[in-house]
Amino acid sequence: MSWNQKHLLDIESLSAEEIITVLDTAREFKAVGERDIKKVPALQGKTVVNFFVEPSTRTRVSFELSAKRLSADIINFSADASSFQKGESLKDTARTLEALNADVIIIRHKAPGAPHFLARFLNAHVINAGDGAHEHPTQALLDVFTIHEKKGRIEGLNVTILGDILYSRVARSNIWALRKLGANVTLCGPSTLVPRVFEEMGCRVSYNLEEALAEADVINLLRIQHERQRKTMFPSIGEYARLFGLTRSRLALAKPDTIIMHPGPINRGVEIESEIADGDRAVILEQVTNGLAVRMAALYLINGPPSGAL
Amino acid sequence: MPEERPVLESTDLIRAWRRVAHEIAESHPDGASVILVGIQRGGVALSKQLGKTLAEIYGHEIMAGSVEPGLHRDDLSQRAMSKLLPTELPGDLTGRIVVLVDDVFYTGRTVRASIDALLGFGRPQCIRFATLIDRGHRELPIRADYVGKNLPTHPEERVEVHTDEAGAPQSVLIKAP
Repeated sequence: MSWNQKHLLDIESLSAEEIITVLDTAREFKAVGERDIKKVPALQGKTVVNFFVEPSTRTRVSFELSAKRLSADIINFSADASSFQKGESLKDTARTLEALNADVIIIRHKAPGAPHFLARFLNAHVINAGDGAHEHPTQALLDVFTIHEKKGRIEGLNVTILGDILYSRVARSNIWALRKLGANVTLCGPSTLVPRVFEEMGCRVSYNLEEALAEADVINLLRIQHERQRKTMFPSIGEYARLFGLTRSRLALAKPDTIIMHPGPINRGVEIESEIADGDRAVILEQVTNGLAVRMAALYLINGPPSGAL
Repeated sequence: MPEERPVLESTDLIRAWRRVAHEIAESHPDGASVILVGIQRGGVALSKQLGKTLAEIYGHEIMAGSVEPGLHRDDLSQRAMSKLLPTELPGDLTGRIVVLVDDVFYTGRTVRASIDALLGFGRPQCIRFATLIDRGHRELPIRADYVGKNLPTHPEERVEVHTDEAGAPQSVLIKAP
């Protein structure tokens, strides 16, 4: 067991052993979620703030339920209802939240590095729930947890991440986690959204969709991030769906036991055909369930002392 | 290098543990309601061995399980975290006679956390506690119902129980700080 982090800011700074510690811990929390009584007192008396400066429903709700299942008190603080609109700075807002004796601040922000910025001056533990196009560590952890659960291993697996890589924090966090655990990562999509520079992260970049699907053990589909995109990245949604959407005929090229993942929300008929999203190879809803277990593990681990400390 | 000394022999330990099995059977003649629950990690192997002896005495298999106290502890932020291990129980505990099993009984905090963890799985008729070693220094008003050996220790010493693959106790070591 290895864990030496006060915060969970990104996957890049975690060791492979620390990622495995999260997965092992999450496995026990998943068992807790399957019991009649789904709550344990591990974080009793702790205060957690969901500080969401960018809209999100599923991640916020997942963190909220995770904290509640650990018996922590959690409050939601979202930008639209807050003093941001009255001109308060991020730093002042975060300090105000800490002054409420928050032990953990979970932040989602459109600016890459916002969680790292908070971690520099706050005493509270900081969890990154997505910072711009940079990282979304808990999503990557729940993705590798799901892959490990389905495939029994990570090392040596071929994982194809398909879609908008350029604007995707999910892609970056997944690439770090998968590479650290020894998977082979292939990125595929329109060349404007999958630049060759990603090869520096140890990935293969391919514009040959058929080949990228044929060898995959896992296909992770990413949503087109309309909100982050400039108009010029590809001609139209229809064309994207036609060239890169996962259809039944394309899926037929993949191995029979290839699993289909998607961080949600899904755009049926764009990156994924409706029948595939509802089919038995899609693990999209299991990812949601596993997200609770992984977020409980993250909250639990950052609240303990580093494993080498005592 | 901390000093290490063996304090009890395997023959003594195995006899003491057999006696504990007989005491459990004596106070709970209806073996069908008994569930042995080993506390992770040290109590799990020992509870296996205890179950084997009890099966001989009762003439039938005994239900068994394990419990992880980690999530119910009161010292999460003060104690080095250890890996969470499975809580596996044979089903609803309501109406059962649960015998918690651990290797070393010390402050009582682990037993308290284990009892809390178990109560999430039903309302047992009673919970009993069996330990191979009672080393004293209780910090909570908790006592053991069945004790293999009493072992006077200094609070700063560490006590380690070693078992063989079948869970039979082999040796007890005291490690000086």
